[in-house]
Amino acid sequence: MSIDKLLVAIFGATGIFFTYWFFLMKKENIVAVSDTVDITVDGGYTPNTISIPKGKKTRINFVRKDPSSCLEEVVLPDFKIRKFLPLNQKVPIEITPQKKGEYSYACGMNMFHGKIIVN
Amino acid sequence: MSEVKKSFPIKGMHCASCVRVLERALKKVDGVAEAIVNLATEKATVTCNPEKVTDKNLTSAIANVGYTALLAEEMRTEDEEKKEKQKELQTLRNKVIVSLVLGGLILWGSFPGIMNTAPAFLQNFWIQLLLATPVQFWAGFEFYRATIPALKHRTANMDTLVVIGTTVAYAYSAFVTILPQIPKSIGIEPTPYFDVATIIIGLILLGRYFEARAKAGTSEAIKKLIGLQAKTARVLRLRSSVIASTAKQSRVNGIASSPASPDPRNDNRYIEVDIPIDQVQIGDIIRVRPGEKIPVDGVIVEGESSIDESMVTGESIPVDKTKGDTVIGATFNKAGTFTYKATKVGQKTMLAQIIKLVEEAQGSKAPIQRIADLISSYFVPIVIMLAIATFAVWYILGPQPAFLFAMLNTVAVLIIACPCAMGLATPTAIMVGTGKGAEHGVLIKDAESLEIAHKVNTVIFDKTGTLTKGKPEVTDIITINFSVIASEAKQSHGIATGSSNSRNDILRLAASLEKGSEHSLAEAIVKKAEEKKLVLSKVERFKAVPGHGVEGVVDAKRLVFGNKRLMGKEGIEILKQVQDDINKLESGGKTVMMLAVESHPEFTRLASRAKRVSGSREIPKQVRKDIQLVGLIAVADTVKESAKEAIEQLNNLAIETVMITGDNQRTANAIAKKVGIKRVYAEVLPQEKEKILKQVQYDKGRKIVAMVGDGINDAPALAVADIGIAMGTGTDVAIEAADITLINKDLRSVAQAINLSKKTMRTIKLNLFWAFGYNVILIPVAMGVLYPFFGLLLNPIFASIAMATSSVSVVSNSLLLKRYKI
Repeated sequence: MSIDKLLVAIFGATGIFFTYWFFLMKKENIVAVSDTVDITVDGGYTPNTISIPKGKKTRINFVRKDPSSCLEEVVLPDFKIRKFLPLNQKVPIEITPQKKGEYSYACGMNMFHGKIIVN
Repeated sequence: MSEVKKSFPIKGMHCASCVRVLERALKKVDGVAEAIVNLATEKATVTCNPEKVTDKNLTSAIANVGYTALLAEEMRTEDEEKKEKQKELQTLRNKVIVSLVLGGLILWGSFPGIMNTAPAFLQNFWIQLLLATPVQFWAGFEFYRATIPALKHRTANMDTLVVIGTTVAYAYSAFVTILPQIPKSIGIEPTPYFDVATIIIGLILLGRYFEARAKAGTSEAIKKLIGLQAKTARVLRLRSSVIASTAKQSRVNGIASSPASPDPRNDNRYIEVDIPIDQVQIGDIIRVRPGEKIPVDGVIVEGESSIDESMVTGESIPVDKTKGDTVIGATFNKAGTFTYKATKVGQKTMLAQIIKLVEEAQGSKAPIQRIADLISSYFVPIVIMLAIATFAVWYILGPQPAFLFAMLNTVAVLIIACPCAMGLATPTAIMVGTGKGAEHGVLIKDAESLEIAHKVNTVIFDKTGTLTKGKPEVTDIITINFSVIASEAKQSHGIATGSSNSRNDILRLAASLEKGSEHSLAEAIVKKAEEKKLVLSKVERFKAVPGHGVEGVVDAKRLVFGNKRLMGKEGIEILKQVQDDINKLESGGKTVMMLAVESHPEFTRLASRAKRVSGSREIPKQVRKDIQLVGLIAVADTVKESAKEAIEQLNNLAIETVMITGDNQRTANAIAKKVGIKRVYAEVLPQEKEKILKQVQYDKGRKIVAMVGDGINDAPALAVADIGIAMGTGTDVAIEAADITLINKDLRSVAQAINLSKKTMRTIKLNLFWAFGYNVILIPVAMGVLYPFFGLLLNPIFASIAMATSSVSVVSNSLLLKRYKI
């Protein structure tokens, strides 16, 4: 094998491993919320994972800064909520979870994901 | 500066004192002239000077007293969405035109076979670089704009793939244009691929443009429902209490008031005022004229009309309504003028509940989507890894020029992958399906219910109020043919139905007696007498005999009216002919009541009339007794007109139908036979319904059972069933108990709902098949797996065409559901 092919093989293997590590092995940064939280929608959700108390009404304000149409809607299927998020505007969503567990939410096309942990 | 009016929702209100607190807080804001807070609608309406009062002032004033104003948030969402969509589409269109025109010129100047026909300047690499750059960085800006923050979150989506793919093609092309000597030195012909980068961007944007347009159609149903709402209501209010404030507001709002109009009670203390719908309060008397929309839910207090309720209930035939009938907000008054009392306003109206239910259903997730969810969370990183592997394998093992093969195939893999189609496959179909149902009065609670409904193979119907009207009606009145009865030898005829007058006599006597009774059958008898405009007599010494019937004195005669047991108690002999007829009536699902009269002139008159009819001279046998049987009245709960057809439709779908009722076996069998149900559970106590339902569910393997009931009495059974279907009752939509609510109250909608579910599921499965199949087949093709066998490779431009059409085809397939005739 010539040196260039060897280098491509090494970089290819490294690239694959890096992609796996970068996208699929990221750590969850959980933000504890007591009653209100602002989630910025810009290439994803910040904070991405929030923990909220069970049985208490929590207000989640989504503020979309990303003009991508992919993120124009937020869907919380477990709470039967699908909301359009106008650009740069606070859209409040109130939920009162009755069961402990992890509830994911996503954009309308199910490409970007966030998580709500109820404890 | 003129004043403006702002209306916005407030959250956190509980009682009337909240109203006072909020109004006081709002009035304190400098520039606020008037503040009205409505507890029922949970809305505030503020008349203010817009120069002095900002949304921020109002929000903080409300926040300071412990509430939340939803100003500039939810209220603007609808308009914002529309405006934003229009702007987005306009920008997209411009970008599509520019990129396809520029990309087309580059393609003309560079694509083998056609480039010779192009002007020389278009074949110039530098000109191509000039044309490609705005496409890459202006038209393609949104791809970069979405990718960079996503990468910061260590996530990736379709934009990431497009950015990597087109940037590789553009960067390589720019490199060979600016520094052609470097590729030359390693034996690679310095050919740029600007056409690939630009056409890919143009086509993907074109796909996105069509997708955005099509997606707008998926949520049309909810917009239509919201659009049904009337804007104003003409209410009658006390002149003294409203004239000052309303007139002031009306001037400000440009809303008319007509003080000369009379109120329903011709009381000139009242005034007719047009007010915005969100200011209507419970108890307001509202006038509706022909051709107008009914603003909110209520009960008619005066007048009658024919009302078109099709927009809300799906019922196509206008319904005649009169005093005491309920009317539904947003329906259309066709003929008469009437006044009605508002009973539900704001979020409590039927329309608001329907909108909420449909919105919730559209926000829910079907279980079938789980697999798509799982794949989509790994999809893009996996495609990137596959693209890297493609490059490495082609570079190491591929033919010469290996670098170009490797690069173009890598770009093709990145471009052809379409995670969006997978993400759109299920929700778009659910949105169209639930919207379609709502348009026809079939409200589906969530996507899961819609999914389960297509598997239903057994439908259990509750009898009373579901298969039947739930309101007993008098069906037969029979007078005893005394002469024949007396002459027991002549048993051949037994009973005659008698003349119309003698039947009316029986009905009049029975109704006079039953007027004081609270029994449900009594209501039917009295109603029938009223219909026939019979003059009822006063009843004395009335006595109800529980489980038997009633007795009393009417027109100075003692009457006994009830069942066979009561007749037995009175010592009345029931002859065979009479018994045969009772059996016949009961086998027809009817309840038979008997009327006996103590021998008296009234009875003599009846007897002589019967004799006249029959022509017999013989004296009836009963006359010789003190108390005589004179007639039978059969009462039955009539089967709904749509019941038989509904059962037939289900049978045609190979769905077993079952009836469950608390009634006796004979009546139950009769009703079941009438509608075509073969399996009957009769004499079931309410608490046993749940048990029977479970029994049916696990009878010969697991059955998927739908229970159809009225939603109130059957709530526990509805909850246990795999699918609980409630028949909507008036304005009370039984949302909580049922998975599907039929607000059109049409039993045929059971089959329609199941059919809609089947159709929606078929669409979802087809969408998922295309979305998955597309990626599973075309990604390996783009990687070049066919090359060793057939020498086939996928040009990245064709990859972008396939990619652009994949999402559009999925959304369009979902939109086809709209054409389905429910």
